[in-house]
Amino acid sequence: MINFGFSINKPRVIDIDNNNLRKSNEIILEMPELQACIGCGSCTASCTAGNLTDFNFRKVHTLVRRGEYQGAYMELNKCMLCGKCRLVCPRGINTRGIVMLIKRKLGDF
Amino acid sequence: MKHIVIIGGGIAGMQCAVELSSLGISATVIEKEHATGGKLASWHRLFPSFTPAEDVLGELRLKFAKAANISLRCGVTATEITPRKVTLSTGDELECDAVVLATGFTLFDARIKEEYGYGIYDNVVTSADLEDMFNRGEIVLKNGNKPRRIALLHCVGSRDEKVCQRHCSKVCCVTGVKQAIELKEMFPTADVFNFYMDIRMFGPGYEEMYREAQVKHNVHFVRGRISEVSPTIDGRLQLKAEDTLTGRPLKMSVDMLVLLVGMRANEENAELAARYGLQCQESGFMKPQDNFMHNVESNVEGIFYAGTITSPKSVGETLNEATTVALRIKDWLQKQ
Amino acid sequence: MKRSSWTDYQKDIADDNYYYARSCIRQNFFPGSEKAFLNILSKDLGRNIFDDPLHTSCTGIGYHSDIVPLPTIMTVVARQFSLMAEAGYENFTSSCITSFGIYTELLNTWEEFPELEEQTREALYKATGREFAKPKNLAHTSDVIFHHREEIARKAKHRLVNAHTGEPLRVVEHIGCHYAKIFPKSGIGGSEFPYVLAGMVEEWGGEVVDYPERRHCCGFGFRNYLVQANRGYSIANSHKKLESMSPYRPDFIVTNCPGCSMFLDKWQYTIAEMEGTTYGQNGCGIPVLTYEEMAGLVLGYDPWELGMQMHQVDVEPLLGKMGIEYDPSAKYLGRNGKYIGCPESAIVNSRAKETLYKIKR
Repeated sequence: MINFGFSINKPRVIDIDNNNLRKSNEIILEMPELQACIGCGSCTASCTAGNLTDFNFRKVHTLVRRGEYQGAYMELNKCMLCGKCRLVCPRGINTRGIVMLIKRKLGDF
Repeated sequence: MKHIVIIGGGIAGMQCAVELSSLGISATVIEKEHATGGKLASWHRLFPSFTPAEDVLGELRLKFAKAANISLRCGVTATEITPRKVTLSTGDELECDAVVLATGFTLFDARIKEEYGYGIYDNVVTSADLEDMFNRGEIVLKNGNKPRRIALLHCVGSRDEKVCQRHCSKVCCVTGVKQAIELKEMFPTADVFNFYMDIRMFGPGYEEMYREAQVKHNVHFVRGRISEVSPTIDGRLQLKAEDTLTGRPLKMSVDMLVLLVGMRANEENAELAARYGLQCQESGFMKPQDNFMHNVESNVEGIFYAGTITSPKSVGETLNEATTVALRIKDWLQKQ
Repeated sequence: MKRSSWTDYQKDIADDNYYYARSCIRQNFFPGSEKAFLNILSKDLGRNIFDDPLHTSCTGIGYHSDIVPLPTIMTVVARQFSLMAEAGYENFTSSCITSFGIYTELLNTWEEFPELEEQTREALYKATGREFAKPKNLAHTSDVIFHHREEIARKAKHRLVNAHTGEPLRVVEHIGCHYAKIFPKSGIGGSEFPYVLAGMVEEWGGEVVDYPERRHCCGFGFRNYLVQANRGYSIANSHKKLESMSPYRPDFIVTNCPGCSMFLDKWQYTIAEMEGTTYGQNGCGIPVLTYEEMAGLVLGYDPWELGMQMHQVDVEPLLGKMGIEYDPSAKYLGRNGKYIGCPESAIVNSRAKETLYKIKR
């Protein structure tokens, strides 16, 4: 093996074709309201954890819906379950319920 | 009896003639095609209520046929327009008291956005093609199969400096959501994705339909514009976009791509402006006197505008505006 | 592949009397290609072309690496134009895609900002005492070959057809980004469905492969590969393209850009050594040709005279398919018959440690 002093970067692309969407579909089926998210960011703006860490609930659940599960469970552990996001969501999504659901479904990731 | 010449036999022209008739003013409608109805004649269903376009057009045609003092000239164009006289391509001259320009819009030619491969790759269709497929009752791929994954791309030929169409075509967002629901109803197990820059749900029931598409029909919405379409080895289409809400590039393959083509101004608008002293907007659509109290009057006395000649509009808005034109004309004639 | 749009993008390409500007990279990595271009133009096609020893690098590599500032490159380019006029030519043709992009960009810049052209005239005069005239016609050398593709087809000794099966060869064409992505109108076929190489391939009997990452950059990127630590994402682009094209089993890749030829060829070696992956047939790499090499093979040139021994990925499998006769033992003999050295065996060529070539010393 030759050491070239660099390696081949892994793609950052969200590859919908090769992502396993089974868990994502299960989550959406159980709580279809998650699909109603319009990405307004109210949840993240008001998030207790998100103001002190890089936790971003909107981003995490969007990635989960695209089949990007890596790290989602650990990220959601940062949620303090204070419930403020649910109060501010203009689409009436039970965000706290979503946090719990994703954690339950993605315990293995 | 006062007489008005209306150029364009789409829904704006027809509705305007019907309303003028009820106000005791006669009208002649000039239509370049061989039948009335304009672009609506080839549409399948209308947002947000999924009303068959045929129902709306059927009722309008019936009123048009029954109304007194309306004459229709199909298959002809106007070669010279003045507020008091319109010359036709047949050489006929029509005396009148005012003219209504209701020549509508042009659908954006999706071939211009080369990166989407319309006309090059199979199964890249426009929203208008899709309505046509709905009318024929069959949505099939080139190979005869049913689509299992479909993407709809918003803003094709709208809000795009690269193709000189800076304006928002307004109706495509709603059409995209409507068509996504219709596709889901036809193919419940298919995945349907909408790629959008902004979703503009400006009318009554539109936002509700959007939410229904998301929650009830599980239509996926990705905020990001598709930048490139290429073929895959199995005859599908690979799309590249950014999922801007996660800040990551995204790629996927689909069986069918629907391009939501925008409404652009007719090429002839510039000529109308140059020949008759009218004014165009930056978008190429005709410019009314103002956007409020004189929004259907041109800057030339006796020449009025109805419908999408001045800007993209929905069917409902167009019908409303055509009614307004009739009332304003009556007002204007009385002041003469 | 249906291409309905390429005819919308036409450009004037001079038919004769070219002033030739060479490429820095190609002179080092594919020196045979530039020689072949001159031979094809003057000997096969009977055209007049001037290979001027006085011209320099356009400094494009430095420019794109943030080393050479804009006023400097404008002055260097002005000097090339001055040399062209001095030699009595009006048609400028450059061998390098980035140079072509720079000439196109600067001619447009001067059009938009005449004061910059004035400044350049002044700088050139102060530095060299020269004045310059802008070319009447600017074309990349691949445009020139495209322009003469039918004449080349008429003189063809070989076609891009598998001599054993009669099937057209499957060709991946790769267009350098600076050819038409800066000014789509300056490239034949525009930037989405460029036709400059595809037109040659189709004219000479081959079949163009359209694959998902066809329009993607090779990853060259100047400052990106120049810095060793950045090469990971430079190579990742070639990797992405190779992964995407390999299911189509292409017989070879043809490119019109010095950097792309070099990278698509040499990165195959690197990827094979790093990951053990090869993308061609029978466990080998995919041969990467320049358009002059492709034209040269079609016209019956000897592959070693075309400089194809300089490739990282061996071209012999392709020569075999095309039914081209060549002397394997002459591969590493230079023009004067002197041994020029032989590369180590590599995975990308499916070669065991002992080389297959018996070198006559």
